[in-house]
Amino acid sequence: MAGKKQRRNTNRQQQKQKMPVSPQQEQKQATPDSPQPEPAAAGAANQQSSSKAPRPRPPVRRILSGRAVSPDAVEAAPGPVDQARAVSGATSGATGAGSGGAVSGGHGAGAARAAGGGTGFSGPGAPNRPQAKRLAINWADAGILAVIVLVIAAIVVFAAKPIASELQKQLGIDLQGGVSLTYKASPLSPDAPVTSDAMNALQNNFEKRVNGLGVTESDIRLIGGNQIQVELPGFKDPDQAVKTLGTIAKLEFKTADGTVVLTGADLKKAQAQINTSTNEPEVALTFNAAGTKIFAQVTAVNVGKQIGIYLDDKLLTNPVVKEAIPSGNAVISGGYKTLQDAQNDALLLNAGALPVQVQLLENTTVGPTLGKEELDRSLMAGVIGLGLVLLFMLFYYRAPGIVADLSLIVYGLIMAGVYLLFHVTLTLEGIAAFIISVGMAVDANILIYERLKEELRAGKTLRSSFDAGFRHAFRTILDCNVNTLIGACVLLYFTYTRPQTGIPGFAVTLIIGVALSLFTAITFTRLVLHLLVSSRLVLNPRWYGLRIKIAAALAKPAVLGGGERP
Amino acid sequence: MNLIKLRKYWYILSLLVIVPGLISLGTRHMNYGIDFTGGSQLQIQFSQPVTDAEIRAVLVDQNLPSDSEIQMSGGNKATLIRTRALTDTEDANLTNALQQKLGAVPSSQSYEKVEPVITGALIRDAALALLIAFALMLVYIGIRFEFWFGLAAIIAIFHDILVTVGLASIFWLQIDSASVAAVLTIAAYSVHDTIVIFDRIRENVKQRKKGESLDELIHHSIMQTLARSINTVMTVIFCLLALIIFGGVTIRSFMIMLLIGVISGAYSSIFNASPLWFDFKRLRSEAATTR
Repeated sequence: MAGKKQRRNTNRQQQKQKMPVSPQQEQKQATPDSPQPEPAAAGAANQQSSSKAPRPRPPVRRILSGRAVSPDAVEAAPGPVDQARAVSGATSGATGAGSGGAVSGGHGAGAARAAGGGTGFSGPGAPNRPQAKRLAINWADAGILAVIVLVIAAIVVFAAKPIASELQKQLGIDLQGGVSLTYKASPLSPDAPVTSDAMNALQNNFEKRVNGLGVTESDIRLIGGNQIQVELPGFKDPDQAVKTLGTIAKLEFKTADGTVVLTGADLKKAQAQINTSTNEPEVALTFNAAGTKIFAQVTAVNVGKQIGIYLDDKLLTNPVVKEAIPSGNAVISGGYKTLQDAQNDALLLNAGALPVQVQLLENTTVGPTLGKEELDRSLMAGVIGLGLVLLFMLFYYRAPGIVADLSLIVYGLIMAGVYLLFHVTLTLEGIAAFIISVGMAVDANILIYERLKEELRAGKTLRSSFDAGFRHAFRTILDCNVNTLIGACVLLYFTYTRPQTGIPGFAVTLIIGVALSLFTAITFTRLVLHLLVSSRLVLNPRWYGLRIKIAAALAKPAVLGGGERP
Repeated sequence: MNLIKLRKYWYILSLLVIVPGLISLGTRHMNYGIDFTGGSQLQIQFSQPVTDAEIRAVLVDQNLPSDSEIQMSGGNKATLIRTRALTDTEDANLTNALQQKLGAVPSSQSYEKVEPVITGALIRDAALALLIAFALMLVYIGIRFEFWFGLAAIIAIFHDILVTVGLASIFWLQIDSASVAAVLTIAAYSVHDTIVIFDRIRENVKQRKKGESLDELIHHSIMQTLARSINTVMTVIFCLLALIIFGGVTIRSFMIMLLIGVISGAYSSIFNASPLWFDFKRLRSEAATTR
């Protein structure tokens, strides 16, 4: 079979990597080469082959696929050729191979190249029975392919649930409900500017206060030079959070003449309690060593006078000193309606005063049910959107479409892994970015398959089409993804310093998505597509997405050729 | 048909979208959300359908501005109220009133209060980010392709941004700071699309046959990549439409802007970027011959 021999030559010239050729095929290649302008040249460049075309057919050329289609390709009958041959194979058994040779002989270069696609005998018109002998499936590669598919299927079936439940722990405020507060820091006094030290102290302070609120998890981060964002997932009481975080909690002890004698810095501990005799809530204060000493002196000097305790310049209590207090203990009483109030002040006093003035920029509170609803809606949108993409790829690109779908599933799994590994918070925007990134990730596959189809239409064999198609597509994918990455990185830089945009998550997902789609395209997609081609499970170009109409248009001469065979 | 020969019409079509957008921008600006204006936004759900008027009555009852924006969704069982910045008491009172009078569900609400940001600074930073992106892309494309490809690609991006911002003004889409990010995302996507076609032109230029005019070559390059261009934009549109129709309300305007930008990006890659490159080439060769 001349076609096969030609195909092998082409491959050898074009590719460095080893392509297994089955022994059965080797045997059949005894048929002499038909006289034809080197198909290898066509393999290198379609344009050249089209200019060398023995019989140019300009009108057909345009209609088919523009410039890339050489007139030869008209004779290259991918689809129905093998139908014709399959029929002949079925009727004449072993001589079928010879009839294939006749087809290519009669139609020169084009048909010979078409044989690459045509040798599969896997067209719809070709039932399995007669091909069994010469189908030449590479079972090793087919086996690897099957293993890959099974492994992916197994991961999806068994790992999907655990992955989903793990991811559920990383839901953002918008999806599980909770409170998010963004504060802007400004100087407490003109001589105390907002330094990074002050911001770190603020973060520490907020952490203490948040822990005092009894939340199970929280995320407090500094944004830019003077902003801080506090996220309390699952927390339901925004008012409580605002009150606790927004208070400066500057504690001062003042003598009757207004002199500040003690501050919160002298405090060791504050504790809320119920006074056993009055049954009223109060806050018990314990001073540190230095504070105890000062307090003892101050009380000794001020016996019979009042010492006011002020919180943020608000008078809490103004007791009269009966005697000197050397123990370093004091009590704030009388001002609290509930134990909760006392506890809140104790919490603030324990955490200490804020080093800076804070202004609430943004307060976002999401009810748990609403968060759940948003999550469900996003997931549904995701399932529908991704489902459409998967179906579209499957129906448009057929066999490679399956590869694309597998690639997308692998892409999704790796993405989930990255999310888990780096504890990326899942936000509404993040999910949206993921879904969009899938749409963009599929572009790498589309580029490869479109290129593959072009090479097939140009009359190349499946294998050299795969090689040339991938090589060409890879450069395109690289160039456009680098540019998208540039854009996404600038987007990240922009959002990183701007908490209000709320979507650094979007930018991060986009960047990971672009990089990852590049990675899966050159590794997984390439591997699986290569296995699909070299396993020879699917050889009919129609199953590589060539349109039936074109296949039919291409088929005519070959069908006639089949009829002319001896 | 030759797409490049018809380029005048493609430019006109772009202008037909951009110019009204710019007029709308100039005359009535944009629908700035509370991210820009400051204010409170309350998202709330009800156990049974309610009407816009019922909610407005509650607002008036609470001495809140009657021109507050009310957006109903979810079969009139969910609403989004946007009004001036509420104090904590006002917020609590409003929520209580909505729960008692209209049967709002306490756990399914979200409340957002935002101080106005300095709009100028935000826009300036976004513009700066865009300029940085443009410069980096110009350098990369200049190295891998050539300068004129880079310039054409950047003009195409600029086109998409104008289309998106203009249409957002015409359709009165709510603009929040996420919309600014949407514009930057569109820039990243648009260049992706353009490069695919430029890559093909670059390849075909290398194998250019004698007698083939540049416009034919570009036309063929576009036609060769047309299936890919359409298919890729289709997959992204599938995803965006699913998010717009079925996804959460809060990011809807963000998604609509992305949708506009993506469609514009696909258009400009085919009908603007390549013709522009042709014009650059033509003008340069004309300049060279007259010299």
